[in-house]
Amino acid sequence: MMDRGALIGGMIFALLLAMPVLLPILGAGYLTGLLIKAMLLAIAAISLDLIIGHGGMVSLGHAAFIGVGAYATAIGLESGIEEILLLLVITLAVTGGIALITGMLALRTSGVYFLMITLAFGQMIYFTLTSLAAYGGDDGLTLWSLATLFGSDIVQEGEGLYFFVLAALFLSWFSVWRISQSRFGRVLRAARDNPQRAEVMGYPIVRYQLIAYVIAACIAGVSGLLLVQYAEFVSPSIAAWQRSGDLIVAVVLGGLGSRNGAILGAFFIVIMEEFLSSIFHEWRLIYGPLLVILVLYAKGGLNDLIHPKSREAS
Amino acid sequence: MLAIESLNKNFGALQVSKDISLSVAPGQCHAVIGPNGAGKTTLIHQISGVLRQDSGRVLLGGRDVSHLSVWERVQAGLGRTFQITSVLPTFSVLENVATAVQAKTGSSMRFFTSAAGEATLNEQAQAILSRVGLSDRADRPAADLSHGELRLLEIAIALAGSPKLLLLDEPMAGLGKTESAVLIDLLNELRSSFPMLLVEHDMDAVFQLADEVSVLVDGKIVARGTPSEVRENPQARAAYLGEGA
Amino acid sequence: MSLTLFLILCLNGLQYGLLLFLIAAGLTLVFGVMGFINLAHGVQYMVGAYLIFAFTALTGNFWIALLLSLITALLIGLILEYVVFRRLYARSHLDQVLATFGIIIFLNELAKVLFGPATLSIDTPELLSGSIQLTEQLRYPVYRLATIGVGLVVAVGLFLTISYTRTGMLIRAGSTTPEMVSALGVNIKQLFQIVFGVGAMLAGFAGVIAAPIFAIEPGMGDNILIIAFVVIIIGGVGSIGGAFVAAILVGLIDTLGRSLMTEFLGLLFNASMANQIGPALASMLIYILMAAILVFRPKGLLPAKGVA
Repeated sequence: MMDRGALIGGMIFALLLAMPVLLPILGAGYLTGLLIKAMLLAIAAISLDLIIGHGGMVSLGHAAFIGVGAYATAIGLESGIEEILLLLVITLAVTGGIALITGMLALRTSGVYFLMITLAFGQMIYFTLTSLAAYGGDDGLTLWSLATLFGSDIVQEGEGLYFFVLAALFLSWFSVWRISQSRFGRVLRAARDNPQRAEVMGYPIVRYQLIAYVIAACIAGVSGLLLVQYAEFVSPSIAAWQRSGDLIVAVVLGGLGSRNGAILGAFFIVIMEEFLSSIFHEWRLIYGPLLVILVLYAKGGLNDLIHPKSREAS
Repeated sequence: MLAIESLNKNFGALQVSKDISLSVAPGQCHAVIGPNGAGKTTLIHQISGVLRQDSGRVLLGGRDVSHLSVWERVQAGLGRTFQITSVLPTFSVLENVATAVQAKTGSSMRFFTSAAGEATLNEQAQAILSRVGLSDRADRPAADLSHGELRLLEIAIALAGSPKLLLLDEPMAGLGKTESAVLIDLLNELRSSFPMLLVEHDMDAVFQLADEVSVLVDGKIVARGTPSEVRENPQARAAYLGEGA
Repeated sequence: MSLTLFLILCLNGLQYGLLLFLIAAGLTLVFGVMGFINLAHGVQYMVGAYLIFAFTALTGNFWIALLLSLITALLIGLILEYVVFRRLYARSHLDQVLATFGIIIFLNELAKVLFGPATLSIDTPELLSGSIQLTEQLRYPVYRLATIGVGLVVAVGLFLTISYTRTGMLIRAGSTTPEMVSALGVNIKQLFQIVFGVGAMLAGFAGVIAAPIFAIEPGMGDNILIIAFVVIIIGGVGSIGGAFVAAILVGLIDTLGRSLMTEFLGLLFNASMANQIGPALASMLIYILMAAILVFRPKGLLPAKGVA
């Protein structure tokens, strides 16, 4: 039973790996785009789970880092930088830097303050993006050239892009899992469980929390980079606080701090949105109350249904 | 091992620590007793670094730790337990101790190798658990332990930091007779290797454990001596009248 | 820039600040007393705006509509409290965030379904339309002056209630030591209900008086909710006085910043540069203020005592 998580994870990735072959056979090739969207959301959700699930820090501004990553990439592309690995370095540096500053401020507090402050900084980033008049402002920006990998356009569309995103998803999933089980992750979880105790074990816990916050932001930034590559378009709406809310929903639905939860939660949301909105245009009238009911009556959310033994980080 | 030199602390007009000095020698158990509101908690906070003293110094193993933060003092060799038990509830008993061992064993900024698989951490943690008598509980979640066992786990966590001094904040609180007896035996065994500063309400425990007792009243040490001297001391008795001890 | 413009901006800022205060007051009390983080507080503001729109259309009279809107806003708040929120007080902040997020999604969509996605507006009531001459060169709309007046009256009323009435005393005690209040045998459920209902009504009232000035649209409560959070972080969570000071400060800084930042930067840089970064910097000002408060006074300007 030890590695049930790895088994389910392996199955998920095997399935995703087979999809580009399977879907055309099933006559559902048009779903590739939807899968890419789901994988991008999953990457961001995985990163958020590092700080909420393992770190116990409820951030309501995480989508802002997707926005920062996307805009860093878009502005890089507009300035003529096309190598995706170079864009990756830029994205990581910019998101990491902004996360370091906002994180240092937000971590001066904890609990509900942290939640409100991350929300406020997220909104600040959102409004900053809307005021970038040279890059489309409110309306966003269509990219006329996309990134290349070592000069090749293989990562620009179709299966090449699909597998590139899948590789990024795998790396995020694998890294966050390893981190959570490492010495660092153990201290992070200890600080979540009982910050006072962790400190009196001799750990400067804010340092660990800040590093986790920066790592999570960087991974979310990568999701933003790939989003630009997929959508060929960027707009501030990807950084809106409602998107942060969606990420939290994905993480909680999947199961906090669980190995595959963030992926499952993100896929559930994307598929449900696609499904509900196709049968009922005002699907949010169902989605909203559904969330309330899940919280009130299925304590622990879907998490309880999938992994009955899960616990809650509060 | 621990030396406190004329510690003063005010909260506004309220003087909560008045020129407190005391020291704990190697192999010694020094108890601080006093009625509620005497300033025991404030004293503990100043020793552990939660509060900063207004004046005076705290020395640990000869090193001035007065201006270090809580975690730095732990790294410098201060092990402590809490009045209200404080463990990592979702961690296993073993991992609670292993996490504390980890703080003293190499860097914790390691991101990719599994911590639970580190044999050295687990072995040291196991050794400490058997020392406090919890080895058969090693794999249980800490949340499953009884109150008495949690007390023992807290001591195990404190020992894992190989402390120069154990600061015990009312370790007997909430324990039944048999559980208290177990804990007193354990502490008696430990004190030769770990000097202790014991803050305690339970007078039986204090008289069984302490080599020296300081009586704290209104932020001031009013009497000091061996347990039997303090028992006879009129000031100490006066302070404890109505305290039921 | 003329003195007249500056005065107008100050009045606009004051008015915006008072509006923020009406919203932040309920938010900070609900959090202070119940430890409950209510993201759906912003939609109460939106609900207020839509209510006055609907009732004005229905009755044709602003004042009757105002009364009906307040009563309905209170009722909606109480119903939400009864059906959803009271089950969340003991839950983790994460649960509270999720459930109230669900309510936001629902009410925003409902507004869209009932009133359409386009922005709506209502006229200022006839009695308060027009403007008056304040100084030789300064004319200012009566309605905006009236909202300033009403905002101040509510602020004073709230302050007196909290300082001198029994309920106010319980609210203050509840926000520092909730155990003690329930130990006193006070019906804590009822206290929560009152605080929640009043908070919802105040937010609704803010929506009502904002309706003739700003656009009525779905989601209008979301942004102002976040500004209200900024206000209570700056003021100190759970503190009415702090919320008041911070709300006025945020209102003034935001309004002045948005109008003057570009002009100010124009003095330092060339015009196109100023036009580029002026608006971005202006929209960041209140967050920069919040960051500064976090660095220098992490508990806020006027923290409520004992709130962690």
